[in-house]
Amino acid sequence: MRFSDEFEGRFSEMLSHYPTKRSVLVPTLLYAQDEVGYLSDEVIAELATRLDLTELEVRNVISYYSMLTTKARGKYNVQVCTNISCMLRGAEEIFEHCKKRLGVGPHGTTPDNLFSLEEVECIGACSWAPAVQVNYDFHENLTVDKMDQLFDECKKEGTQLRNL
Amino acid sequence: MHLVSHPDEVKVVSKRFGKGATDLDRYLALDGYKAVQKALGMQPDGIINEVKNSGLRGRGGAGFNTGLKWSFVPKQSAKPKYILCNGDESEPGTCKDRLIFEHDPHAVIEGVVIAGLAVGSHTGYIYIRGEYRYLSNLMQKAIKDAYARGLLGKNIFGSGYDFDVYWHGGAGAYEVGEESALMESLEGKRGIPRIRPPFPAVVGLWGGPTVINNAETLASVPHIILGGAEWYSNLGTPKNGGTRLFCLSGHLNRPGVYELPMGYNLKKMIYEVGGGIPNRKKLKAVVPGGSSTPVLTADEIDAPMDFDSLMKAGSMLGSGGVVVLDETTCIVKFALRTMKFYRHESCGWCIPCREGTDWLEKTLIRLHAGGGLKKDIDNILYLSENMLGRTFCPLGDAAAMPTIAFVKKFRKEFEDHLEARPCAFEAAGSVERLPVMA
Ligand SMILES: Cc1cc2nc3c(=O)[nH]c(=O)nc-3n(C[C@H](O)[C@H](O)[C@H](O)COP(=O)(O)O)c2cc1C
Ligand code: SF4
Ligand code: FES
Repeated sequence: MRFSDEFEGRFSEMLSHYPTKRSVLVPTLLYAQDEVGYLSDEVIAELATRLDLTELEVRNVISYYSMLTTKARGKYNVQVCTNISCMLRGAEEIFEHCKKRLGVGPHGTTPDNLFSLEEVECIGACSWAPAVQVNYDFHENLTVDKMDQLFDECKKEGTQLRNL
Repeated sequence: MHLVSHPDEVKVVSKRFGKGATDLDRYLALDGYKAVQKALGMQPDGIINEVKNSGLRGRGGAGFNTGLKWSFVPKQSAKPKYILCNGDESEPGTCKDRLIFEHDPHAVIEGVVIAGLAVGSHTGYIYIRGEYRYLSNLMQKAIKDAYARGLLGKNIFGSGYDFDVYWHGGAGAYEVGEESALMESLEGKRGIPRIRPPFPAVVGLWGGPTVINNAETLASVPHIILGGAEWYSNLGTPKNGGTRLFCLSGHLNRPGVYELPMGYNLKKMIYEVGGGIPNRKKLKAVVPGGSSTPVLTADEIDAPMDFDSLMKAGSMLGSGGVVVLDETTCIVKFALRTMKFYRHESCGWCIPCREGTDWLEKTLIRLHAGGGLKKDIDNILYLSENMLGRTFCPLGDAAAMPTIAFVKKFRKEFEDHLEARPCAFEAAGSVERLPVMA
């Protein structure tokens, strides 16, 4: 199984940071997921071998962390915070709007695989609520209109990339 | 965009915010790494005493005296000692460590090194939650830059002292912010907490003595070393030294992260610093220190914001997240959203928390939708009170304490939801009405 050179560079550097190999597991899973799109059977087997763990041990860790997934998501993973500070400033309306506009429920992915939707817990943007993360990018002080603009931009970018 | 300012602010931790200090040269020009140099000339006990006397108390939530915590680390240890910076920041209402990492990552590194000098450690880890990927990138660069200048690694500043700092990343889990679960996560495992004692200061990462501090706590340390314990202590109140970053959120005209002296009046914080409540609405309640802290009613906010005063007021200063609720907020719904969070984040290790949060969420869902019975309200109290002190880690308390306060302080509002009356705060028909269960 091949990862990018950047991944491999970081992986071998990280191994030198700890007295035990398995310590690199959590951040490495996230970086692997970012490259492959999800934690496939192949990725799990590969990392288990590299870190002298069983696949079950790796799966056990994966199931604990909310960002890690064994299922493919859309190109843009829209994560809407509905926790208290965001709720007070209209997060539910944003979330409902996302569901309607994308035509999917929580953890759903649009048929074109462009978007998936998640309701998430506090993302550390409480003072700039309501807030959403699209993949790793923060979008704050949102309104339904701003959310629509964001969808339009993603859609445009996603379609352009696809037509390249 | 994240930066705000108010004349009452006293900028210590935030003094380099917006000044380009992520760049190492800029940081050095702004007194960067001078504190480490000074600390290298001090005795370890001297550093610990300076921090102890400054009155700095942990900014992660519990408010433990930082210098005192460091003093628990054994002087001699067969196993390596470690410094672990807690940047898991996930307590709802809290968004301050994010700003420190974004604007002043080297200050965190400096704090880690100074903590290391104080306890005789040679290795530090900076754990940053997985969602903060851009900050992890920034931190990785900051560490690399510091190594390139000889500020980290072998023989730092030509002192003969070696110190390594490494970054680490999470992947989404509130519970991993709990200190022992944090160590499990760093060791590549599920974030299930460890039994204490032994405390991390004695048996921590890979069995070695470990100091765990919040990112803001550590970022405060260099300023204390340079400015002195007395100066720092005097910024706050007698037993609560210094300043802290308060994250103002919710129904406010000017939400934002403001650095204010410890002991700053909460009412002033809301009406002056935060600009008051929008649309001339009345204040209903304040959650003063992140979602785990018991709510204060509008009558209770004339209080100094320090650890001891809030304890006296029956709440906690917690993580510095001040969440403001106006009169249009439904407390039952707010309690429900809070409980949904704890149910989701419970690691499932111990029964009172795993089952308790689930029952409480279900009961609150039903109550909010008009399907509750009078005995449900007492049941909420009964369940929460029986979770208190009976869970393996403090997450159980963090779920129970605010719930008890919501019911005790706003009981009438819970009763108003009874007997098939769905929530009066919601637009008619927007909450699906649930049947009353006998
Ligand atoms: C469920 C739970 C979550 C926590 N999350 C965090 C966190 O995200 N960041 C943090 O610094 N402390 C968090 N804490 C507190 C830590 O356990 C620990 O007390 C703190 O990191 C110590 O640092 P301090 O003394 O500098 O505050 C959490 C505690 C609990 C029980
Ligand atoms: S209190 Fe909750 S989070 Fe803590 S160990 Fe028990 S189940 Fe896990
Ligand atoms: S509550 Fe939404 S970002 Fe904190």
